[in-house]
Amino acid sequence: MTGARALLEVEDIVTLYGGGRKFLGRPRPAVRAVDGVGLALKSGEALGLVGESGCGKTTLAKTILGLIRESAGTLRLDGKTVSGVSVRQARLARTTIQYVHQDPGAALDPWWSIGHALEEALRIHGVTDKGERRRRVDDMLEAVGLDSSFRSRYPHELSGGQQRRVGLARILVLRPQIVILDEPTSGLDLSVQATVLGVLDGLRKRLGLTYLFVSHDLSVVKRMCEQVAIMYLGRIVEMGPSEEIFARPRHPYTRALLAAVPRLEPGSLHDTPALPGDPPSNSTAGDNCVFQTRCAFAVATCAQVRPPLVSVGRQHTAACVRLDEIETVAEG
Amino acid sequence: MMANAAPLLAIRNLSVTVDTDEGEAMILDRASLSLMPGSIHGVVGESGCGKSTLMRAILGILPKRGRATEGRILLGDRDLLNVPLAVLQNEIRGGQIGFIPQDPYQALNPVFRVGTQLLETTRSKAGAEGRAEANIISLLKSVQLPDPEGALDRYPHQFSGGQRQRLLIAAALASSPAIVLADEPTTALDVTTQLQILKLLRGLAEARGLSMLFVSHDFGVVAQLCDTVTVMYAGQTVESGPVGRILAAPLHPYTRMLLACHPDRGAALAGIPGTVSSPLRPPAGCRFHPRCPSASPECENALPPRTKHADHQDVQCVLYRAEAEA
Repeated sequence: MTGARALLEVEDIVTLYGGGRKFLGRPRPAVRAVDGVGLALKSGEALGLVGESGCGKTTLAKTILGLIRESAGTLRLDGKTVSGVSVRQARLARTTIQYVHQDPGAALDPWWSIGHALEEALRIHGVTDKGERRRRVDDMLEAVGLDSSFRSRYPHELSGGQQRRVGLARILVLRPQIVILDEPTSGLDLSVQATVLGVLDGLRKRLGLTYLFVSHDLSVVKRMCEQVAIMYLGRIVEMGPSEEIFARPRHPYTRALLAAVPRLEPGSLHDTPALPGDPPSNSTAGDNCVFQTRCAFAVATCAQVRPPLVSVGRQHTAACVRLDEIETVAEG
Repeated sequence: MMANAAPLLAIRNLSVTVDTDEGEAMILDRASLSLMPGSIHGVVGESGCGKSTLMRAILGILPKRGRATEGRILLGDRDLLNVPLAVLQNEIRGGQIGFIPQDPYQALNPVFRVGTQLLETTRSKAGAEGRAEANIISLLKSVQLPDPEGALDRYPHQFSGGQRQRLLIAAALASSPAIVLADEPTTALDVTTQLQILKLLRGLAEARGLSMLFVSHDFGVVAQLCDTVTVMYAGQTVESGPVGRILAAPLHPYTRMLLACHPDRGAALAGIPGTVSSPLRPPAGCRFHPRCPSASPECENALPPRTKHADHQDVQCVLYRAEAEA
């Protein structure tokens, strides 16, 4: 970690939604969708950003991409600061970061052939030579496991897995360094999912890509990513190498999340305790632990201080004030 | 396990076709399954395998251009394909059989209070309003909804996804059904919420002696919740048996390959080669044969017979024909 400098550094990013006061209205608190997140993405690495719906993972991804302006914090891309500018400027400064949509089937224009859709991206990004556009599109179709015959097809003629590949090809043809993949396998059947993951993994190695892998599916992240960050209500509660986190989760939320993943073990339902209740609204977050309302280990301190991410192993950090005590309870 | 009991609900060789603009699509091809009293039976398969059509056929709500062309759906000794519509509406649906839909965000009407919607389901059957309300409140307590009395006056958007699913479970239980059909009830939920709902369903089934048909694409969920399972592929029921048995020793090549795609299994990212065939032009015989590594010419000839194996496991595949004859 110390050797190679991070390709993307995210420091204390805060993204707020809403807030302020309407004419003659009462002031409303802003929703802290992303609440002081820091992470680093090294070149060639895949980082999994995991959390449940509403935890802010997509907002964080869009903030990094530059589609939403951060309210506070710094973003550095390849050593250069690219934050603190307007959305338009931010996108221009971050062209090496690209984003693959959750449902590429919906993102493709039904009236456009695949070839047309893929070439448009290149046209927008200033590749004026027709021959080169064609060549790059053909190469990329091949790279994602399709062939040049797909150029003349239309989105409705493709299966779900093929649509994902086209969505991926459309982004990769721009030769990005960092690819943000938003739930790349949601809605796919397992047999198709396995193939899509295989393509993603192969491309990363071949093209030397860096992935920010946004997902709620832990088993997929475990398989695809070297690093994992677990988000809850706008904050990262635990972060580190996948092997470490999946083998030895430390934060109570990570523990509950991992335990809740359905395993192929008959009757394991009885032995797994469920988290009580639902996540609270994140407009209430302040100087406290956001997980304390549902945590079995919560004490008075949890409502008074915001726990910092502390080191609990090699590159492994967790944000909880009772880590050592919980460890003793869990093992005892 | 329930060795000699008769099934509460039995589907025998059910075929369903739907007329489309491009011709007749055979969505179910001689599908069979048995739901034993007091058990939770999973129906597992990938999208388009006909699992939702199976549910709809049981409830008699097939699409307009769809019809059952063959087979029987036996509830006790009654064939649901032949009962009069009035009986189906008044006694079966929302009577003896309750239904939990897939998407809790869509199943409730946003402009009516929750109480109005839940009472409506019981009012058309039961009568006596005051009792109905008390009944609903006690049901909401049994599905562990916070503040059950206050819930009736609130609107659906005031509940979280997990809470809405609890409301729908309460609605399904309102008529004290013997059988509950659940169509992917946790697919739209996060894993921690999913776990809450699965535990709730298991608890309710045990406390009330319910039998449940639980449709899912997720083998992990079925493994945790269900006692027995039927695996479907392209409208055919390829294998069924106790969950533990199917997970430990799957017989049908499709079941094996499907399990190998699960992240808990399989070290390599394999997938199943090929794609599911269209129901408009299904392959003859066993519909999995074009993708099956063990396929032989006889797979195309006819649907293989269903053969029985130890522990009530049965499978529809020519590989096991010899064992059946022996």
